Amino acid sequence: MSDLLHSAEAAVKIAKKAGADDAWAAVSRNRSVSHSFRDGKLESVEESTSRGLGISIYADGRYSSHSTTDLRDDRLESFITEAVALTRALQPDPFRKIPDPSLFADRPDVELERLDPALAGVSADDRLGWCRELDARVHADERVISATSGVFSGESEGASASSNGFRGEWDGGYLGYSATATVREGEDKRPEGSYFAYGRFLDSLPTPTEVAAEALKRTLDRLGSTKGPTRKATMVVDQQAAVSLLSRLMGPASAASIQQGRSFWAGKAGEKLFSKRLTVVDDPLIPRGVASRHFDSEGISAKKIPLIEAGVVRNYYVDTYYGRKLDLAPTTGSASNRIVTLGDKSLEQLLRAVGKGIYVTTWLGGNSDATTGDFSLGLRGHLIENGKVGAPISEMNVTGNLAELFSRLVMLGNDPYPYSSLRAPSMVFEDVDFSGA
Amino acid sequence: MGSALWVSSGAGLSGLLTGCTKPTPQAQAIVSPDVPMIPETQQTFSWFSVDEATIRKVMAELTARGADAADLYFQYSRSNSITMEDGIISRAASSIDQGVGLRVVVGDQTGYAFTEDLSVEAMIAAARTASSIAHSGAAAAPVELNTRKHADYYPMQRSWVDVGIAEKLPIIQRLDGMARKLESAVDKVTVSWADAEETILIVDMHGNVVTDSRPMTRLWCMVTAKKGDVSQSNSSNMAARQGIDWYTDERLQQVAQEAIDRTMILFEARRPPAGELPVVLAAGASGILLHEAIGHGMEADFNRKGTSIYADMLGKEVAPDFVTIVDNGTQAHERGALNVDDEGCPCERTVLVENGRLASYLHDSISARHYGVAPTGSGRRESFRDIPMPRMRSTYMENGPHTRDEIIAAVKNGIIAETFTNGQVQIGAGDFTFYIKNGWLIEDGKITAPIKDINIIGNGPDALRNVTMVADDTKLDFGGWTCGKNGQSVPVSQGMPTTLVSKLVVGGENV
Repeated sequence: MSDLLHSAEAAVKIAKKAGADDAWAAVSRNRSVSHSFRDGKLESVEESTSRGLGISIYADGRYSSHSTTDLRDDRLESFITEAVALTRALQPDPFRKIPDPSLFADRPDVELERLDPALAGVSADDRLGWCRELDARVHADERVISATSGVFSGESEGASASSNGFRGEWDGGYLGYSATATVREGEDKRPEGSYFAYGRFLDSLPTPTEVAAEALKRTLDRLGSTKGPTRKATMVVDQQAAVSLLSRLMGPASAASIQQGRSFWAGKAGEKLFSKRLTVVDDPLIPRGVASRHFDSEGISAKKIPLIEAGVVRNYYVDTYYGRKLDLAPTTGSASNRIVTLGDKSLEQLLRAVGKGIYVTTWLGGNSDATTGDFSLGLRGHLIENGKVGAPISEMNVTGNLAELFSRLVMLGNDPYPYSSLRAPSMVFEDVDFSGA
Repeated sequence: MGSALWVSSGAGLSGLLTGCTKPTPQAQAIVSPDVPMIPETQQTFSWFSVDEATIRKVMAELTARGADAADLYFQYSRSNSITMEDGIISRAASSIDQGVGLRVVVGDQTGYAFTEDLSVEAMIAAARTASSIAHSGAAAAPVELNTRKHADYYPMQRSWVDVGIAEKLPIIQRLDGMARKLESAVDKVTVSWADAEETILIVDMHGNVVTDSRPMTRLWCMVTAKKGDVSQSNSSNMAARQGIDWYTDERLQQVAQEAIDRTMILFEARRPPAGELPVVLAAGASGILLHEAIGHGMEADFNRKGTSIYADMLGKEVAPDFVTIVDNGTQAHERGALNVDDEGCPCERTVLVENGRLASYLHDSISARHYGVAPTGSGRRESFRDIPMPRMRSTYMENGPHTRDEIIAAVKNGIIAETFTNGQVQIGAGDFTFYIKNGWLIEDGKITAPIKDINIIGNGPDALRNVTMVADDTKLDFGGWTCGKNGQSVPVSQGMPTTLVSKLVVGGENV
């Protein structure tokens, strides 16, 4: 048994001894290293090893959760004992119970490849070398005023134990590169652009030079941008911007939001809410997936969950608490890898098919209302002229309703964004309200 | 990645003391001890289970390879949250976060490490890691430790540590009851409580010691109302560095009323026409415009690196002469108030724009050394895990020569923005946004129909030039704001008098 699992079990025992009916503890340890390099010189090095404990307490039909980084024995014991006493001061909640052990059954054992053994062998010299490669490439244009590059990585391990029999352990790691460049334009303007890549395995990452080249390209693309037009137009959203848009759409697809009356997904199970081209599945069992897992934070064994099939709502994210309130069987309370069914066209082919419109590369600010789906977002990108990427545009907003927008999704690309747990491709939407000049 | 800069109301549930004085040719000569170690400081030391000998040992390791500056930032924070949902207090959470951050600065280079384990061995190991940035001989280690005094902008009658949950529950229940009573169309009310108390201890390489105890509390009221098949949700909140006595019935009633009013008006609200319009910013939370359009751009790290649109503009005219913009850490009990920044420098009132001219950047100790000026007490960090950098505290515009009525009467066809959820800025291009949750159309000089859910986008310097009228009703927002920069979140305040910006791009419908 690992020392972490032992600590989790010990915390559960303290809680029980202090009078809790049930308890669930998780203990984790993380190591992270990050280098920041600016204009030919190391700017900062940050390195740390971190640990913490979280514990949920069930006592007399009441519930509370607690976390601490002060793991000195005497302090931990008094912390948990006080936590149990605090729990008793709350009101009983008939829906709050420790997750049922039947949910822990059939835990998958497929190898998820969450930790690259090569990570442990990465030296400080390797990191500095990658920083220099990033820095050299991102400075490959004389208009660059300043550029910051980064190499970052982390490794973690953790364990959970509950008073009703759950035991689980996990580990994981990641490494990534980033670059941001600023160029001078005219007297005062200094547009910037950035790009990053990260993943669980070193050998599946692009080279630092490729990441820096993309960052520089994105920066130079901003030169000469003007306010685009106020009009209805077809919108092409690139893979990275599509991730953020789809994550707004899916944010309220949870039992918690629905039960609290703050979700436009409420009452839509089985209904066609979006375009038939939209299919999304939550898949926790993808090797090397950045959000892959064998079980979720409530111990529910991982499985594939269809969320949207051809525009029809199939499942919500349902945890045990809000599931009980809504009388829905739990699925999982939190997203793992969300995979979007791809289209058959490249971004270039999508732009050609669209002919004329607006191509969004970056969102800037904005928000959406989870209850109604109403949204309004700032954007940067390009005009689409004659089926090609045209003049750069900025200082524009797009406004509408998320459910309506995704009912006007007419094409998807074949280019899923690799550096997110939400793997979305480029997307095309018709009849979108833009405001600009 | 990159440098995402944002501010959010978050209402959807969902040091270096040597730097504190003007730099002198002999950096070692400017140590000016206020008083020797005082009992309070000794108490703080023992809380972290450290003593002077340990501190000296760790500092010697931290500066063993040389340092222009070095510091230890100890932090202990205890926070509590409570949620009332569906009429019952259904959950509570508490958290203890404790550790020390160790920093070595050489020129503009920083080595940083932190540990939650406060054993001598763990701190020495972290010191060795942080010192790897430096490559020269050892810097002089402190001979003795001296406590520096500072102002107290958030005196507390009772610390949150001494307030039990039994005193908090009735306040939460009262707010829930007030909201439900105000409006029969209410379907759901969620009341969410937060209180926190943090103790910090900063020791620099010259032996200067600063301690601070920082309270914070916040109370939200979120409402969903239902009319037929249509649901609408909105919220209000109050936040300050205050104690439990701040929660008077009058203030609770204000939060409940705001949450209900802001929700119910959404049933009638629509989107304005898309395009460029005159935008009136209502007094209070509209300070979000300042935060994004100029505040971030005046943080000196961006200017030192040449990446801010304001990098070469100090002394230049950026707005009409009736515009004065301030970032102030000294307002009693404000969420953005700080006795000392996270480098131990005393906080101050910093004038960013004085009568239309760019006056000062916001400095941390690195940028202050770079520019050869005194720090402004703006070096902040989210926690002991983070490297400090220049940040805003409480940002607002001072009163102007006009009145609110004059401003509204001057607008033929535009909008007035009242409540906001979040904003963002792209620092070099100067493009900024903020999201309006509630507002109104202005037609022929009169406020007419309600509007909702629209993003505003503009360019910082353009927007400042286009400030055409400023009223005499400046106030700070009652609700709490959180500012994000390079992945670090810190509490801020913001405020504004009623102000007219002649032209901004308003999200909306194409009719």
